[in-house]
Amino acid sequence: MAVGDTAAGVARGKVLATGFIGPDAPREEDLYKCVHCGLCLNACPTYVETGLETESPRGRIALMKAVFEGRAGVEPGVTEHWDLCIQCRACEAACPSGVPYGRLIEQAQAQMRPRRRGVLGRFVAWLAYAQILPSPRRMRAVSAALRLYQRSGLRALVRASRVLRLVRPLAEAEASLPDLSRPAFRASGQVYPAQGETRYRVGLLSGCVMPIFHGPTMEAAVRVLTRNGCEVHVPAAQGCCGSLNLHGGDLDGGRAMARRNIDAFLDAGVDVVISASAGCGATMKESADLFRDDPAYAAKAARFGAMTRDITEFLASLPLDPPRAGTPGRVTYQDSCHLVHAQRLSAPPRALMAAVPGLELVEMEHSDRCCGAGGSYQITQREMSGQLRAHKLEEAAATGAATIATANPGCMVQFALGAREAGLDVRVCHVVDLLDEAYRREGA
Amino acid sequence: MDALVRELQRAVGSRYVLSRPQELLVYEYDGAVERALPGVVAVPGTAAQAAQVVAIARRHGLPVVPRGAGTGLSGGAIPIHGGVLMPMTRLNRVLEIDPLERMAIVEPGVVNIDISKAAEPYGLRYAPDPSSQKACTIGGNVAENAGGPHCLAYGVTTNHVMGMEIVLADGTLAWVGGRNHELPGYDLRGVLIGSEGTLAVTTKVAVRLQPVPEAVTTILAIFQDEDDASAAVTAIVGAGIVPAAIEMMDRLTIQAVEPAIHAGYPADAGAVLLVEVEGLREPVAEESEEVQQVCYRHGATEVRVADDPTLRERLWAGRKTALGALGRLAPNYYLLDGVVPRTKILEALRRIREISGEYALPIANVFHAGDGNLHPCILFDERMPGQTQRSREAGGAVLRTCIDLGGALSGEHGVGLEKQEYMELSFSEADMDAMARLNPAFGAGDTFNPGKVFPTGASCVELLQHPAIARLGVDAFV
Repeated sequence: MAVGDTAAGVARGKVLATGFIGPDAPREEDLYKCVHCGLCLNACPTYVETGLETESPRGRIALMKAVFEGRAGVEPGVTEHWDLCIQCRACEAACPSGVPYGRLIEQAQAQMRPRRRGVLGRFVAWLAYAQILPSPRRMRAVSAALRLYQRSGLRALVRASRVLRLVRPLAEAEASLPDLSRPAFRASGQVYPAQGETRYRVGLLSGCVMPIFHGPTMEAAVRVLTRNGCEVHVPAAQGCCGSLNLHGGDLDGGRAMARRNIDAFLDAGVDVVISASAGCGATMKESADLFRDDPAYAAKAARFGAMTRDITEFLASLPLDPPRAGTPGRVTYQDSCHLVHAQRLSAPPRALMAAVPGLELVEMEHSDRCCGAGGSYQITQREMSGQLRAHKLEEAAATGAATIATANPGCMVQFALGAREAGLDVRVCHVVDLLDEAYRREGA
Repeated sequence: MDALVRELQRAVGSRYVLSRPQELLVYEYDGAVERALPGVVAVPGTAAQAAQVVAIARRHGLPVVPRGAGTGLSGGAIPIHGGVLMPMTRLNRVLEIDPLERMAIVEPGVVNIDISKAAEPYGLRYAPDPSSQKACTIGGNVAENAGGPHCLAYGVTTNHVMGMEIVLADGTLAWVGGRNHELPGYDLRGVLIGSEGTLAVTTKVAVRLQPVPEAVTTILAIFQDEDDASAAVTAIVGAGIVPAAIEMMDRLTIQAVEPAIHAGYPADAGAVLLVEVEGLREPVAEESEEVQQVCYRHGATEVRVADDPTLRERLWAGRKTALGALGRLAPNYYLLDGVVPRTKILEALRRIREISGEYALPIANVFHAGDGNLHPCILFDERMPGQTQRSREAGGAVLRTCIDLGGALSGEHGVGLEKQEYMELSFSEADMDAMARLNPAFGAGDTFNPGKVFPTGASCVELLQHPAIARLGVDAFV
């Protein structure tokens, strides 16, 4: 039986050169952990959506192996399939042989980056990843401009004029902007004292998008933490965690941003670092791997990673001071991918909601399937993102819940957009918002 | 080729025709060892589109290779003669559930476990549960007559499929069997189940649903070695208990599985048995107690019992992900599917250990102990020169052993590419002739999945040279 030897075996047996370049290439030992058993397939939202192996984790790894073996290049026919990956990492949680898919796809993205064409796309990427995200000041400036746009009547004018219809991506990006009228949260080195006895000294990640889009959630996080005996430090030296850069393949840029936060939080002298954004928390917890080849930061990164907790994980691990008032109503919960798949946490957010009197949690179908937000994915892969969003909203609506809770800013934006598209009257919030409301009702 | 691609694009939509060389690379493999590139991939979205794809391919003189999720373990979906590969993954709708008739009609691309999920609200389930049930499709299950741990009590796919809609080689759609088991006439359903996509392509499947049992108890017993575990298997069955499943994992498998799922298997465990009893509450409690006693009597060092779904799933997780977990030990595996009489399990395991030593390749064993369906898993690294070939040879030695011990080549994975050259060990020439006559009877020619099941990649041309066909002429069978 010479079949295996003819088609592929020859090329596989005699690999002369790899098609990958530089230090941040998918590693051989990671790639060949995949035994193509296929157990990841049904976990993958893009495979389920298309039924195509090219849009599956196993297919994407096969393409990485093909490039590694010199059977394909980093070229059309390959790259668009890596690009369609949302990086939700559901496959990683489903994989029995322990393929570190999240790392592989980031490295594949890094391979694509220098080879990308299109001046405009590269300029926009440079602007976003290198100029705006790393700078909290510039993030605030952008958000101020957007707030002005929303509040000055310019938005009404633009929407009425239908000028945006000429450029659909822009129209959708505009529509997906959350309401920025609420105040932004600002990291300025402030320390919020614990209510009662100080039991924990925690650092809170402010980050990039969260304080601007979801300022009130950040305030809620502070209130819930202080209520539960935490002295909350918000170091001024921190910024974006770098995860968006890493997911986009800008590994050096992402590392530079991660270094800044590692220093900021280690210098703050806190016991625990808390993130209310699942995507950031996942990246922070994996810092050791990110800096494994950097002797100056390897040890610090490992320490920082070990100190990091998702806010739901941390609160659920405490003897929580239970709210005495309730938030009545039916809530459904979307597992944020980077909480359930990357951090493998599904019980803590549910435990927190169960602690709220009167709150009825109704599970939606496929609550652990990605909503299609995926950071910049919403913009770069509009069609797939929109399909997944529409399915999600149907499943959420079927529960009859008036509130959709989740644990990550991207998911909140995506669900809010989906609800507007579907004409659905639901509220989208963070799990912490629900807990905070219950506490605040106690006085009433 | 361009004309073919254009016609296929018109039939199924351009998004669902893949012809770039890079994209064909992801369709060259399944869950096993063999590989071959298709000429083009067309993914139909309806039964009518599937029929069109078949007709187009036939017009171009090309074979059609149907494919499910590509989790197969015998190379059944590997397009060794190129042609049009037709994944059925977009045909993934549950069309109808009839709780009173206890049946469902589903499309072939529906994932096995999704049938049970859809039936759950009615208190029903689809019983056969291949270990890949979270990914494999019912169409693939039908093609390979797939089994699974619970087939010990309930039988394999053919016992649960009542009928199929199929596409014949000339592109016509027809039904074989129907909505219930008792139909007059030839049982063509039975003929096609397990025919590995060589005679027709399935486009709808009518499956039998069964009530979810009132009580289910899963028992995990840990043993110091395979001998004790094997003796316990024989004793359980000897005691007159018919569990829903009896599964065994050996030391090597445990070493792979434990880091993957943290089931809490002791590091020095030599073998674990997973036994499931289900049915009415009271007898289940009695049988569970008896199984535990038997395990302890045969040297179990620890026995764990779970009857709530979450804990049961944890005990099962190790078994159902074992194959993938072996990726932690080696980048490739060659998983065999030989069957031996239950009383010969010990002897078979001993000989497999010898083969492992002889070929210098580790062999892990994770298998359906209750019905003697072994799954020796030969671990190798395809990047090491000669290892792929050596694993094939070791596999051949294992299969011969199974036959020598009075067993069979395959319990549930199908013959495919992998075992065709060993068919002669089990079947006489006359036996195989009888099977070969089905091809002209269905008018299949070389249209569907050529080069499978029969020895040495026998294509239709070679089949036509089989003595019976040569003597009587093709027309005698059409």
